[in-house]
Amino acid sequence: MDDLLREYLPILIFLALAVGLGLVLLLSAAILAVRNPDPEKVSAYECGFNAFDDARMKFDVRFYLVSILFIIFDLEVAFLFPWAVAFGEMSMAGFWSMMVFLGVLTVGFAYEWKKGALEWE
Amino acid sequence: MTVADLAFYAFALVTVTAGLLVTVSKNPVHSVLWLILAFLSSAGLFVLLGAEFVAMLLIIVYVGAVAVLFLFVVMMLDIDFAELKGEMAKYMPLAMLIGVIILMQLSLGLGAWVQAEGAMGLRQAVTPDMAEVENTRALGLLIYDKYILLFQLSGLILLVAMIGAIVLTLRHRTNVKRQNILHQMWRDPAEAMELKDVKPGQGL
Repeated sequence: MDDLLREYLPILIFLALAVGLGLVLLLSAAILAVRNPDPEKVSAYECGFNAFDDARMKFDVRFYLVSILFIIFDLEVAFLFPWAVAFGEMSMAGFWSMMVFLGVLTVGFAYEWKKGALEWE
Repeated sequence: MTVADLAFYAFALVTVTAGLLVTVSKNPVHSVLWLILAFLSSAGLFVLLGAEFVAMLLIIVYVGAVAVLFLFVVMMLDIDFAELKGEMAKYMPLAMLIGVIILMQLSLGLGAWVQAEGAMGLRQAVTPDMAEVENTRALGLLIYDKYILLFQLSGLILLVAMIGAIVLTLRHRTNVKRQNILHQMWRDPAEAMELKDVKPGQGL
């Protein structure tokens, strides 16, 4: 247990350094920088002309489709990791259950391809 | 206090604070960013528990994919904040009522919660010793063999999600010129072009 955590110590140090550096930069800007606000200075800058619109515009729903398909295949790959790690000691049932799982998702993939969900226009 | 304890308190504090800020921050985009911080620090907590695989999964799936999906949903909602704030007071009593009911249900459920006899023993029996078998391997030996039905059901759920998303959101636009690569490759110059001998003064 302790050995495991010791392997993660560099990551912890890295995280602490990243947070520390971020805080130092933000705080030094807040403390040291000269602040002289002006309506023109704080307004959104858009290549010199006035901003047309709010930044919060509606997204096309097709982005959502792409991201949900990404999540599904992401999860599929996440299931593959423990399977691959335990591959040597696995029973035949374990092997074939993954094959069935992949087959089910391949059916979905074929449906998606045939429907044209992977094409943008 | 060891480094592990210190890290636990730091991660726990960040998780709880970020969770609180998810609910209280006014801008939903900020809420999603706080949610990402909560996911990251709970991944740190999972590492401290020794559950490496779950921690990495939390980062890959939740931070990498689910948070992006949440951002898309927030962007798609197109909420008018000024209007939303005005209506907040109107729905406050109803929201308080629902909150009190949920709190009562939770306290009832937790009050009547007893652990079944031998539950601890059963839980210990399934997991191999952590010093001998690492986490991911232990999971791999369990999921695909012992919990085969649940695993296959999760595959079916993913299939349903895929088909559902396609059925609900896919709209093919008409009058859009698409590239057909096979059509382009099979194009024969001899058939695509025809030479005509035009006589002077007559035209075609």
